[in-house]
Amino acid sequence: AKYISQCIDEIKQELKQDNIAVKANAVCKLTYLQMLGYDISWAAFNIIEVMSASKFTFKRIGYLAASQSFHEGTDVIMLTTNQIRKDLSSPSQYDTGVALTGLSCFVTPDLARDLANDIMTLMSHTKPYIRKKAVLIMYKVFLKYPESLRPAFPRLKEKLEDPDPGVQSAAVNVICELARRNPKNYLSLAPLFFKLMTSSTNNWVLIKIIKLFGALTPLEPRLGKKLIEPLTNLIHSTSAMSLLYECVNTVIAVLISLSSGMPNHSASIQLCVQKLRILIEDSDQNLKYLGLLAMSKILKTHPKSVQSHKDLILQCLDDKDESIRLRALDLLYGMVSKKNLMEIVKKLMTHVDKAEGTTYRDELLTKIIDICSQSNYQYITNFEWYISILVELTRLEGTRHGHLIAAQMLDVAIRVKAIRKFAVSQMSALLDSAHLLASSTQRNGICEVLYAAAWICGEFSEHLQEPHHTLEAMLRPKVTTLPGHIQAVYVQNVVKLYANILQQKEQAGEAEGAQAVTQLMVDRLPQFVQSADLEVQERASCILQLVKHIQKLQAKDVPVAEEVSALFAGELNPVAPKAQKKVPVPEGLDLDAWINEPLSDSESEDERPRAVFHEEEQRRPKHRPSEADEEELARRREARKQEQANNPFYIKSSPSPQKRYQDTPGVEHIPVVQIDLSVPLKVPGLPMSDQYVRLEEERRHRQKLEKDKRRKKRKEKEKKGKRRHSSLPTESDEDIAPAQQVDIVTEEMPENALPSDEDDKDPNDPYRALDIDLDKPLADSEKLPVQKHRNAETSKSPEKDVPVVEKKSKKPKKKEKKHKEKERDKEKKREKEKKAEDLDFWLSTTPPPAPVPAPAPSTEELSVNAITTPKDECEDAKTEARDEEGNAEGQDQDKKSPKHKKKKHKKEKEERTKGKKKSKKQPLGSEEAAGEPVQNGAAEEEPLPPESSYSLLAENSYVKMTCDIRGSLQEDSQVTVAIVLENRSSSILKGMELSVLDSLNARMARPQGSSVHDGVPVPFQLPPGVSNEAQYVFTIQSIVMAQKLKGTLSFIAKNDEGATHEKLDFRLHFSCSSYLTTTPCYSDAFAKLLESGDLSMSSVKVDGIRMSFQNLLAKICFHHHFSVVERVDSCASMYSRSIQGHHICLLVKKGENSVSVDGKCSDSTLLSNLLEEMKATLAKC
Amino acid sequence: MIQAILVFNNHGKPRLVRFYQRFPEEIQQQIVRETFHLVLKRDDNICNFLEGGSLIGGSDYKLIYRHYATLYFVFCVDSSESELGILDLIQVFVETLDKCFENVCELDLIFHMDKVHYILQEVVMGGMVLETNMNEIVAQIEAQNRLEKSEVNRVLLCRPG
Repeated sequence: AKYISQCIDEIKQELKQDNIAVKANAVCKLTYLQMLGYDISWAAFNIIEVMSASKFTFKRIGYLAASQSFHEGTDVIMLTTNQIRKDLSSPSQYDTGVALTGLSCFVTPDLARDLANDIMTLMSHTKPYIRKKAVLIMYKVFLKYPESLRPAFPRLKEKLEDPDPGVQSAAVNVICELARRNPKNYLSLAPLFFKLMTSSTNNWVLIKIIKLFGALTPLEPRLGKKLIEPLTNLIHSTSAMSLLYECVNTVIAVLISLSSGMPNHSASIQLCVQKLRILIEDSDQNLKYLGLLAMSKILKTHPKSVQSHKDLILQCLDDKDESIRLRALDLLYGMVSKKNLMEIVKKLMTHVDKAEGTTYRDELLTKIIDICSQSNYQYITNFEWYISILVELTRLEGTRHGHLIAAQMLDVAIRVKAIRKFAVSQMSALLDSAHLLASSTQRNGICEVLYAAAWICGEFSEHLQEPHHTLEAMLRPKVTTLPGHIQAVYVQNVVKLYANILQQKEQAGEAEGAQAVTQLMVDRLPQFVQSADLEVQERASCILQLVKHIQKLQAKDVPVAEEVSALFAGELNPVAPKAQKKVPVPEGLDLDAWINEPLSDSESEDERPRAVFHEEEQRRPKHRPSEADEEELARRREARKQEQANNPFYIKSSPSPQKRYQDTPGVEHIPVVQIDLSVPLKVPGLPMSDQYVRLEEERRHRQKLEKDKRRKKRKEKEKKGKRRHSSLPTESDEDIAPAQQVDIVTEEMPENALPSDEDDKDPNDPYRALDIDLDKPLADSEKLPVQKHRNAETSKSPEKDVPVVEKKSKKPKKKEKKHKEKERDKEKKREKEKKAEDLDFWLSTTPPPAPVPAPAPSTEELSVNAITTPKDECEDAKTEARDEEGNAEGQDQDKKSPKHKKKKHKKEKEERTKGKKKSKKQPLGSEEAAGEPVQNGAAEEEPLPPESSYSLLAENSYVKMTCDIRGSLQEDSQVTVAIVLENRSSSILKGMELSVLDSLNARMARPQGSSVHDGVPVPFQLPPGVSNEAQYVFTIQSIVMAQKLKGTLSFIAKNDEGATHEKLDFRLHFSCSSYLTTTPCYSDAFAKLLESGDLSMSSVKVDGIRMSFQNLLAKICFHHHFSVVERVDSCASMYSRSIQGHHICLLVKKGENSVSVDGKCSDSTLLSNLLEEMKATLAKC
Repeated sequence: MIQAILVFNNHGKPRLVRFYQRFPEEIQQQIVRETFHLVLKRDDNICNFLEGGSLIGGSDYKLIYRHYATLYFVFCVDSSESELGILDLIQVFVETLDKCFENVCELDLIFHMDKVHYILQEVVMGGMVLETNMNEIVAQIEAQNRLEKSEVNRVLLCRPG
């Protein structure tokens, strides 16, 4: 420690230096010290300094130290926000990576809120290395800042289909974590995951997905049905044990969820159990352990199938590994039945003897008790056997569970009336040998058993064979070494015994005998009176006085027995542990209110001493022992009753003892005992439980015989003895009747018990915040906060038609607003319904290995949010309506707010990102749509050539522009142009401006207030070798024709030699295809569309095509944004929809060397233009 | 989620402590100690899972460990992780260490504690598995090392403690 403090001093010196290398080294040392347990929070500021170093080497050290030592309470952490943002947007992927890693460890709600947007952007970074880190960190951000979940979720979903497997697995990881907490919100992703599951080969991803399904199936049983087959396939095919295990686990989960409805999955259960058996038999302990773990899950629903492997599990009990033994024990718990209980417990008992190490032995002990007592002693057929097991257990040395055994003894003795006699005889034997138990050590937990023994002997003393003997045993001087609470019970029960003996003697007329007993009491009780334990002392002195009084009475030959035993009359009823809770609070009773107003401090201080004094004075006369007359005796009796109520045991079992005069135990119970008892009772010591096993077998045998006989001779039955009287009514389905009935003196409940067991979820659970419905479309108010200086940037970026809207008169809007909102609501609902339908549809398709119709909705589910607007509405009106809607909402939100503009901008940004998302998504979607037919198609499995939807726009020595045009899904008549600018020079490009010459038909959406001739700035700079994407929105009036726009990119190229102003001209080509949006269509809807007849038709034919039909379709999907509706051999129907709502239907047929395309569309010009474009594409093939 | 990753030697000296949930330093040390005692008394030929519930929140958590020569690698994970998967992950982590240090030994971990952390960062991030492909991990580590070398001529060795 001295050395360390010296080191710390040294480090402090180093931290004061200016040299960053020295500082970093010092911080590095601190990190090491932190690992050793030294608090380094004092250096937080220095760590930040190192974090902000420009060199990666030092930055890394800084972030490492921060990730180890920073937490939410670190106050300087807010200083890092800007540094982290800078690093996140750093051109070096490793700077970004290091910042992300660090942030993942110390993200706070503030950081999460401020940086959420930056991380969102990184999720679509070009480098997969960054993408996967960004995706993973989103989970942490969601946890700290739940509001970010909804806006970020679509992008996260999109990452599930990322081309890079690392990113994909990261996304799966995050969604699995999210779904684990709130599975119901993620049900809609099931089809997507299903596809991943059937297609992925990465075991990690598979395991995660399968685990996720395990969490989802309880919510949606139909999903389970669908899963079973692929899972069983996986089980059969996989070689990876980990995967196999998880599959089995999930199948089990599925089976559990199905167990109510479908009984015919026995094949899968068998398979699981078989595979688990293989696991358990494996020599690898890990597999064995997991096998047992999974087995216990099956056990809950299908106990029968596990029971057949009892041998194996019992074998595991002999394993040298404790955890395996414990698992096996757990399993046994569920496996017992009336038949095998005795056998299993016998086996366990031998283990108890063998077991070394008290913890394991204790565990065994509790398990034995658990197994026997589970569900109200359901499996115990012979309670004598159980009692003797309990007694045997008391011989264990050094167990901590004495009280457990004691509780069991009490419970059984109270609740099973028939067993009391036997129990009492056993207990008296125990008391007799008490010195054995107590002598071993004082702290020995087993002496707790004596508590139960004493109580049972006292309470049921009428069953005692030799009460006098027991009484003496309880009054031995040795007893005073027992713990106080046991002594107290001893004292109390000695009196009960005494009362009993007294009565017997008096009835027999042995007055001398009675007096002798009294004398014994008077002689022995003083040892308790001297006890240091208050309770014992009090009880003993009370009783001593009482006995002395009795002695006097006896001397006068007054019969006292009746009165003495009346002290203990009445029977105890067990009370359910919940009973107290269920007593309803009476009306008008406020438990929280003060009964008396609390005294103020000053008052009570004054009064207290006086009051105490006063009380003492009053009490003194009361306490003076008065001569015991009848009256006094009565009072004492009352006091005793009171005391009895305060006896710890009474409190436990009956807070409100219902006093009833004890009826002599029903005659019907006694004979049962007699037959079985004959043997053990002759043995003077403790009978061995083993004997019972034998006896039990005999009994069962006899019972069977009797049963057979009974069938024939019913009348004989009644003569045969009352023995069956009690056993017959409870014949189980296994034909074993218990020897005694658990006289389940049903536990008492207050009459008007309230139904309870409400879920008490922890409101502070951090995961609850993430319980967010993700299917709802994003509301405008939900967006990630953007930093202020960013707003400035975005405000300059191109915008849609804000100016147009602003200028519009506001009068008609208000009326419309409500209407529109209603409509919008409806639409939302429709979308939701549709979504639900999709899922249902997916689930209801019975053949599991994804047939053609199933994947169609699944792949397109992504875009459901944005599509499906009513088709018959007039397009122009809709455009306007949408605009107004947007504005109206905007107004609604910030009518009075000065932030109006800012919000608007945010919204724009949001929508831009949406557009971007869509643009990225489309190729994926179409590839899939194209990829599907492969499954059912012919053997044409040529790999698709890698394609990019980005086409070259213009290039020169400085910059290369590529662009992609997408129909905007949010707004009709708008397209989003994504332009990727790549810096190819060695100079920094800045001040970039894009100016486009609008045509009549197409206008660029510009920021508010800028004129048509102004350029639109590009919102970023480009260092050498970097590329970035900017998006612009164009409004198109008529989309039936393709058109071109001229534009210029101007920029300043700056390098070491200076800056030059450069220009690059380009031509933006809006093809008709770019107005189309990939939209899914079901075949029946498609057929209806064709039937409706209001579509015009046109066709083209292209010759000399050698490409496979498969790839051909993929090309059409990709370049022209169609989706395949149906495909039969070399013929396919396709569908797409324009941004203005035109439907386009295609029938593509492939001949020998040619392809013919027939098209139908609501606009003939559009169709012919489209077909021309398509022809050009196809000609290239 | 992975809750914590602990590496300590046969004597319970921590060699790498990485918690993904905030615990004060004393508690961290206590957890390391207790984990060590739990793991120590287990033979090498018994299973590698421990229900270490009380240490780090709730019964949902398991300790999954492997013992290599003088070092114990312990991962504390919750039920969303596959047990066997994590065992594989430990193997991947150790093999990666082996590749990066060429025959890794305990001393490597002491002298290059920071590097070990960097390697771990490429495998597990914020409690979630980032990458399981060893080649990919090694490639990233090497790229970062190159970057470092290009910045600093001499290798920065830290010799704390």
